[in-house]
Amino acid sequence: MRGYSHRRPLFLPRLEIARNCPVNDLLDKRLVFITGKGGVGKTTVAVALGLRAAAEGKRTIVCEVSAQENASRIFDHAEVGFHEVEMAENLWSISIDPDESMREYVLLQLKVRAMRDMLFRSRIFGYLAAATPGLKELVTIGKIWELAQLDRKVKSGRKYDLVIVDAPATGHGIGFLQTPRTFAAIARVGPIHSQAQQLDRLITDQEHTGVAIVSLPEEMPVNESAALEHDLRAEIGVAVDRVYMNGLYPERFSAGDAERLGEVAGGENGALRAACRAALSEHNRARSQRAQLARLRRRVEAPVKTLPFLFEPEIGVESARRLAGRLT
Amino acid sequence: MTAIGDVLEGKDICICAGSGGVGKTTTSAAIALGMAGRGLKVCVLTIDPAKRLADSLGLKELGNEASRVDPRLFERQGIEIKGELWAMMLDAKATFDELVARQAPDEESRDRVLGNRIYQQISSALAGSQEYMAMEKLFELHTEGRFDLLVLDTPPTRNALDFLDAPRRLTQFIEGRSLRVFMRPTGFAAKVAGRGASVALSVFKRIVGFDLIADLAEFFNAFSGMVDGFQARAKRVNSLLADKRTCFLVVCGPQGEPVDEAVYFHRKLVEAKLPFGGVIVNKVHYPAERLRGDVADLPAALRERLDDADLAQRVAENFTDYQALAERDARNIERLARELRTAAVIRVPYLDEDVHDLAGLAEIDRYLFATSEQREALAAGRA
Repeated sequence: MRGYSHRRPLFLPRLEIARNCPVNDLLDKRLVFITGKGGVGKTTVAVALGLRAAAEGKRTIVCEVSAQENASRIFDHAEVGFHEVEMAENLWSISIDPDESMREYVLLQLKVRAMRDMLFRSRIFGYLAAATPGLKELVTIGKIWELAQLDRKVKSGRKYDLVIVDAPATGHGIGFLQTPRTFAAIARVGPIHSQAQQLDRLITDQEHTGVAIVSLPEEMPVNESAALEHDLRAEIGVAVDRVYMNGLYPERFSAGDAERLGEVAGGENGALRAACRAALSEHNRARSQRAQLARLRRRVEAPVKTLPFLFEPEIGVESARRLAGRLT
Repeated sequence: MTAIGDVLEGKDICICAGSGGVGKTTTSAAIALGMAGRGLKVCVLTIDPAKRLADSLGLKELGNEASRVDPRLFERQGIEIKGELWAMMLDAKATFDELVARQAPDEESRDRVLGNRIYQQISSALAGSQEYMAMEKLFELHTEGRFDLLVLDTPPTRNALDFLDAPRRLTQFIEGRSLRVFMRPTGFAAKVAGRGASVALSVFKRIVGFDLIADLAEFFNAFSGMVDGFQARAKRVNSLLADKRTCFLVVCGPQGEPVDEAVYFHRKLVEAKLPFGGVIVNKVHYPAERLRGDVADLPAALRERLDDADLAQRVAENFTDYQALAERDARNIERLARELRTAAVIRVPYLDEDVHDLAGLAEIDRYLFATSEQREALAAGRA
């Protein structure tokens, strides 16, 4: 892993940067994994981070795994598949399909063409590849590693300053990042052993690799984020850089407002009552969300950053851009 | 239509499926609680590693055995329960170990499998093993016949298809029929099987390292006596899933993406000839449309009634935001009902408080077990 192409100016003291634009601590890494439980908005945060980095002039790619296409969906773009497709200025996207990764890996490993052809034709090989536990995850992480190289293995591969990974949901999330370590232990010799070790070093290299957890201000996501941070540290020695508390309602109403609205709602019908009740509901939610935010702050060691709930029917590229501007 | 009680009438098994983060665990627990409340002996199984259900039910830890939820917990919350609610947190590895122990012809084969590193990987870490073991446990409990109804909360696969596909893939792996032939320690079979296969095998060896191949060979050898047992059992599990006394419920959220996934998942269920029961949409912003027309200028009415221009404006803005979400939800749900060609779409409103206790589950049950007319009335009462 080489250095960045966008180095920080040496004369700026680090503390100054941390106070002014702390999100750059994350964006200045070479590789960032976005993880968290299902449905918390990992893809949106990954895309928002990508847009932010791209706006700062970093050539960035957002990677999805297990052939997901959520990022292209945000951009209202056709499915990208296993191709690096430009989504916005300085921002690319790829959906990493494990079978394609495996194929690419074999092509890079085997120089003899006849041998490769025989391998791809062989049902046995496909079967073995599918049957070996963790191999799909391993080649996926291998592809992520390859994308993060300044000296790309793939012919005429683009050089990226930042690779952002929309990682699989928790439960499988820790398993995903743990794969190289597990694999290195199973395959004790051979090229995979040393490559798996290399990937494990990449994941645990805190200087170049970052991990952000996305959470929601609800009981279970907060519990799971805390557990995830703990497991990442205990099982693979990864320190989480940031937890993004996503979908935070604005505090539009004070306790005094709520009291007043309660009185009015009680004596009204129709739209007036509905509007007051909607305001009260939101007040209650905003309050319980603040309690969850406080719980999260108590329970995780990483800094917690908040992202606002977007009152928009669907999250598209404009919403992601707005979030990008709000990232800290 | 449609109360969940009608959908589950005469069913032995209810499987809640859907993508992550849509509230499957909460829904499963609420259904189980509601059916127990109506006099059945119900067991809810969850596979979620985050022990969410355990939290929901006020249990510190659920073992790989079903345990009864203390009736005093319901009393304390003022919930009346005519039947019994049982819960279990599925431990995929323990279930797999039990299955191996049951299928192994002798202790020696059992220990060889349990001690094999590939087995240990598969049984705990391999994606698919949780799904497979969930089905396995479901089958076991159903065979025992201790419960009137089993409710299964499926694991949080990101892709709904994995959930249906993983057990099959895993069974195929264990069978390993085509592969085992090439893995005899002598290597003789590889020679007869043809050059292509033997080259593939040797190249694979070169890439992944010899040890892994040796471990795999040992795994298949250790499993060889059990393959037929596994296959027979898998067949019975599959026919149980397709039985008319089983019911698949699709759980989703009202946003575009979860609705797309619900549509996709429903299609997969139909293709697999599995019995679909209905769809539950959680966290719905109910529309207050009917109420909108009665005031021509809401901001002005609010200003007058509240006597506080600033507050009135914030209330009006908030209401506009809420309405936008309600309209989106209504559109998505309409699309869902159209695509699924079903009237069994049960909407649970976005409640003010997070649901993670029995009282919250009981609140959800008021909607799940209501007829659509009752549900509308309840929602209107909230608005």
